[in-house]
Amino acid sequence: MSETGLRRRWLRALLGSWLVATLLGTAVALAALISGAAASDVGSNEVNVYSLRQSFLVKPLFDAFTKETGIKVNVVFAKKGLVQRLKSEGANSPADLLFTAEVGRLQDAYDAGVTQAVSSSVLRAAIPTTYRHPEGHWYGMTTRVRILYVSKERVKPGEIGRYEDLATPKWRGRICTRSGKNSYNLALIASMIAHHGKVEAEKWLAGMKANLARRPQGNDRAQVKAIQAGECDVAIGNHYYYGKMLAKEDQRAWAESVYLVFPNQADRGTHVNISGVALTKSAPNKANAIQLIEFLAGPGQTLYAEQNYEYPVKPGVPWLPQVKKWGVFKADDLNISALAELRAAAARMVDRVGFDS
Amino acid sequence: MARMETTVSDRPFSEGPIRASVAGAGPVWTIGAILTATFIALPVLAVVWIALFPSENIWGHLAATVLPGYIATTLMIMIGVGIGVAVIGTGTAWLVAMCRFPGQKLFAWLLILPMAMPAYVVAYTYTDLLEYAGPVQTALRAAFGWGNSRDYWFPTIRSDGGAITVLSLVLYPYVYLLARAAFLEQSVCALEVSRTLGRTPMEGFVSVALPLARPAIVVGVMLALMETLNDFGTVDYFAVRTLTAGVFDVWFSMGNPGGAAQIALVLLGFVILVIWLERLSRRRQRFHGTTTRHKSSPGFRLGGWRAGLAMICCAVPITLGFVVPAVVLVIYATRRLAVVGLGDQSTAAYLSHSGNSVLLASSAAAVTLVIGVFLAYAQRLRPTALVRGTVRWTNVGYALPGVAIAIGVLLPIGAFDNALDAFMRRSFGISTGLLISGSIGALMIAYVVRFLAVSLGAAESGLGKVTPNVDMAARTLGQGPLATLLRVHLPLIRGSVLTGAVLVFVDTMKELPATLILRPFNFDTLATFVYQYASDELLEECSLAALTIVVAGIVPVILLNNMVSANRDKDRPSAG
Repeated sequence: MSETGLRRRWLRALLGSWLVATLLGTAVALAALISGAAASDVGSNEVNVYSLRQSFLVKPLFDAFTKETGIKVNVVFAKKGLVQRLKSEGANSPADLLFTAEVGRLQDAYDAGVTQAVSSSVLRAAIPTTYRHPEGHWYGMTTRVRILYVSKERVKPGEIGRYEDLATPKWRGRICTRSGKNSYNLALIASMIAHHGKVEAEKWLAGMKANLARRPQGNDRAQVKAIQAGECDVAIGNHYYYGKMLAKEDQRAWAESVYLVFPNQADRGTHVNISGVALTKSAPNKANAIQLIEFLAGPGQTLYAEQNYEYPVKPGVPWLPQVKKWGVFKADDLNISALAELRAAAARMVDRVGFDS
Repeated sequence: MARMETTVSDRPFSEGPIRASVAGAGPVWTIGAILTATFIALPVLAVVWIALFPSENIWGHLAATVLPGYIATTLMIMIGVGIGVAVIGTGTAWLVAMCRFPGQKLFAWLLILPMAMPAYVVAYTYTDLLEYAGPVQTALRAAFGWGNSRDYWFPTIRSDGGAITVLSLVLYPYVYLLARAAFLEQSVCALEVSRTLGRTPMEGFVSVALPLARPAIVVGVMLALMETLNDFGTVDYFAVRTLTAGVFDVWFSMGNPGGAAQIALVLLGFVILVIWLERLSRRRQRFHGTTTRHKSSPGFRLGGWRAGLAMICCAVPITLGFVVPAVVLVIYATRRLAVVGLGDQSTAAYLSHSGNSVLLASSAAAVTLVIGVFLAYAQRLRPTALVRGTVRWTNVGYALPGVAIAIGVLLPIGAFDNALDAFMRRSFGISTGLLISGSIGALMIAYVVRFLAVSLGAAESGLGKVTPNVDMAARTLGQGPLATLLRVHLPLIRGSVLTGAVLVFVDTMKELPATLILRPFNFDTLATFVYQYASDELLEECSLAALTIVVAGIVPVILLNNMVSANRDKDRPSAG
């Protein structure tokens, strides 16, 4: 047989097997989808969640909820765009709940008019007013604080203690952070605006920009990694990354190269944000959805906080022992809603000082 | 597209004979084409609409602050990637097409492999390798006794240069494939003439072969640049502030779809610029073979150090663009499997992600194939300005980044679903709910808008090679236009059309932003799964899924290569 003949046969076999594999895969996926659709047709014993919080963080909570109540939880996870999707789906959206890792997104949803107020005595009793929407359009589930990760090797304890210090010339070329447009940073900048006014806050932001060791990049974890690498001495980050890094063998060394500073302990306290949830305006499974929120604010609190080394929003719920070990701190009691409202101003400020460029 | 107009079939067809042959075909094709094209253009129009009539206009703010930076960065990345892919692609294509050295046949197809690698996966793996804590720098520190990064200099991978390198490494095959086909197609006569006129082989390459292959190279560079403009995963990870990153930033961080759509329009301007430049370069020159005798080159036999050098030049892009990332992924995947094993939940999840990816990719390939053939054929039957114009317009989707298409699909579909629901409730008292939003249908629309240009281009280039005489013969023998298409043209253009479908399949497997935003409940694909973990610096957890995207991409890439070399079909569908 000629070489081209062989080659053609071989090609045909390859194409054939590829097609068969594709068809099989399609059939399997279709079957799964149809059975999934059939299952979801069975009735209202479910609740639909759009989650901006990563699915491996919320999945265990939903599993626990399903185990206790028999209500199935369906999830779409995406880091971005779910509020926009809710808005476009409008009154017919299948989503019942929106989970976020930060208050700004809850406020976005509220501003877009896709949420509804929940009036629940359980929730009012469990969640302090600072951490929920005045009319109940969203509820905080856990709190997280934005702290400083400081190099053990190159910074003596006490050298830095306030957010305001980040802008002083002493730290030129020594600070790392992720994008200024990241929602955690936007909330921090918003809190600076709330406390100091726009003019002072912008000066502060520009001062910090001048102190950056490198262009903002990566997530909070990557900043601590950079401290270990010697690229910078102080990083801004959410506190729970400390626990996550200690728990991962190949990241432990990063965490061990730093100590934690809870800023502004001598004055207003450390900046706090929430992870939280909102009920959508269209919620087709409203009762189940409220049941899920109440579960998370009650028996689910410990589990919810433990997933990510966060602080339970409900007073009196015990913290994880290791989280406790990192320190008890004074929290900034600025109302979370105020932060959410200043976020747009913060974002423009980031653009104006060219923070990310 | 590169055309050496050496045969009658390549002649761009004049309107006369075709018109005559389809008289009586009816307006169905025209109307169908316009309707289809309009439907596909809707999301693009939606983006324009949102940009022009934003609910909160921040254009002034953007133009005064971040926009100049986005534009400058985008331009720089484009120039860098353009040069990178042109040099790597053309150089390697010349070596394997015109020279003879050990391993040359093997290199010829190995050189395409990087195309199977999503740029973002390469970015993740190189970051893991080259960052401070990665094996390379750790080894260097151990070898030289350095303490930390203050003791030595090492290039940062998360930078503009890093993005240019990564994108060039995975995108050069576009240029390589087209340039190689163009070189193979050149009759050796031209080169022989240059030799008899006293040129060295190298001078012949520069002054004869290169200019002749230029149209093909330009198309390849254009495609690579469009992919560059589209890239989100890499620039996001590397914190490179391009226009596409800007669309994400303004839409999601500032919650302003109007501003996002405005930046998307600027991006679109860049795309049109690229397409226009390609057209311009094509218009100014014509290449005609004066002989119909095609004699392929026997090749320059390279020996000794020259052969060694040629082998190194071919091996480097393959190693950097494919082997290294693939090996990293394999190591991670085995390590991961050793830890969690096969029996647990993650295996089931992995299988379902794979099934979803394949389902979406094959459906998208099938749908775009049908629409692409339909539009190309309608254009052949009715080459009026109206039909040609509308069909051309559908290509714009290919140039829009996935995220802009997501904006454009999300809003009209939501409006349609809710309007229909309201109407049905009013008239019949029944609620239809959301028909398309949040279904696979929404994803499918996004994919068709995004990738139609690929299959349309393939169908056009296939049909372009079929002489109009064939149509006339078929029609004379009593076949209608549809029967002619099904019984005559489709079998003839099968190769090109399948190539287009295969490319759509691979592109859909890799597609990230639109899939993330539009997908249904409890639905993850390999790409969304990989993004979710890798962007949180947890590459090992998703290595198996990333590897699967790569493997799924390899088979079609091999097929593509063989079709290109077997058919001498030099046309990677043009988006222009």
